[in-house]
Amino acid sequence: MSHDHDHDHDNELDPFAARVRALETILTQKGLIDPAAIDVIVDSYETKIGPRNGAKVVAKAWLEPDFAAWLKRDATAAIGSLGYTGRQGEHMQAVFNTADTHNLVVCTLCSCYPWSVLGLPPVWYKAPPYRSRAVIDPRGVLEEFGLTLPATTKIRVWDSTAELRYLVVPMRPKGTDGWSEERLADLVTRDAMIGTGLAREPA
Amino acid sequence: MSRREAKSVTATLPTGVEAPIFAEPWQAEAFAMTVALHDKGLFSWSEWAGALSAEVKQPGAASDGHDYYEHWLAALENLLSAKGVAGKGDIDALAAAWGRAALATPHGKPILLENDPSPTEGRGGPTG
Repeated sequence: MSHDHDHDHDNELDPFAARVRALETILTQKGLIDPAAIDVIVDSYETKIGPRNGAKVVAKAWLEPDFAAWLKRDATAAIGSLGYTGRQGEHMQAVFNTADTHNLVVCTLCSCYPWSVLGLPPVWYKAPPYRSRAVIDPRGVLEEFGLTLPATTKIRVWDSTAELRYLVVPMRPKGTDGWSEERLADLVTRDAMIGTGLAREPA
Repeated sequence: MSRREAKSVTATLPTGVEAPIFAEPWQAEAFAMTVALHDKGLFSWSEWAGALSAEVKQPGAASDGHDYYEHWLAALENLLSAKGVAGKGDIDALAAAWGRAALATPHGKPILLENDPSPTEGRGGPTG
């Protein structure tokens, strides 16, 4: 595979790499996978699919009330209309932050995450402390991310499943009137779409 | 609380910093194989989530998540074994063969299973 080129250290496979090779060999022999297709999947997740997709969805919702309404009503279809469709047949739900309510997404079960719009999850999203504490103490968790919300702001925590994944639509920052979709999308961070952050303020 | 102190949840990763998704190539390959096998219809994504969940919730999972793809690989092996696609013994033997092949491969050359100097050792013929 393309990843194995140009290693100039000793040719020693660590045990996990050797087991993955073994699985690939068996699955290829059985006709269950095609090594070329594996490379394509890796390449798209490393280079093509990422939080920029979600940022475009959010920026479009900020600019177009009709799209925002569609996103609220049927996020799977609205997001799919931009060409971002989930590979696992999962449904999407967009949850909108307001002045009163902040939304936070977690997967307590394992690491379900809206891949089609955010790419693959960051390490902390998959780690036990976030998975266990986001539900019990969301306000404390947000503070550890440097996000202190007013005590009056309600925090809703959404627990993802294999079938249903959430995208947080952060509030549009003030001082961005007349901005283009592209410029707005630059303010939308991955963390803002998980709910562990807010959209960036205009510089 | 400052971000500098934010250790317990975000572990070693400062927020907002884009760390590489995969720390090593085998992690990307294990991930992609799972996606491809699901595409092929070998299992539903709920089945996969169940298998992965069973692994990651075992005691001893690292709190910084660095071993996440080790759990991922174990979950994939369990699911393939349960489906009768690949038994642990088959994988063990073939992994050992890949390890021997790697050691027998000169620098700069692609590692091929054919480079295994003792191909019959512990391998009961074709796995098909």
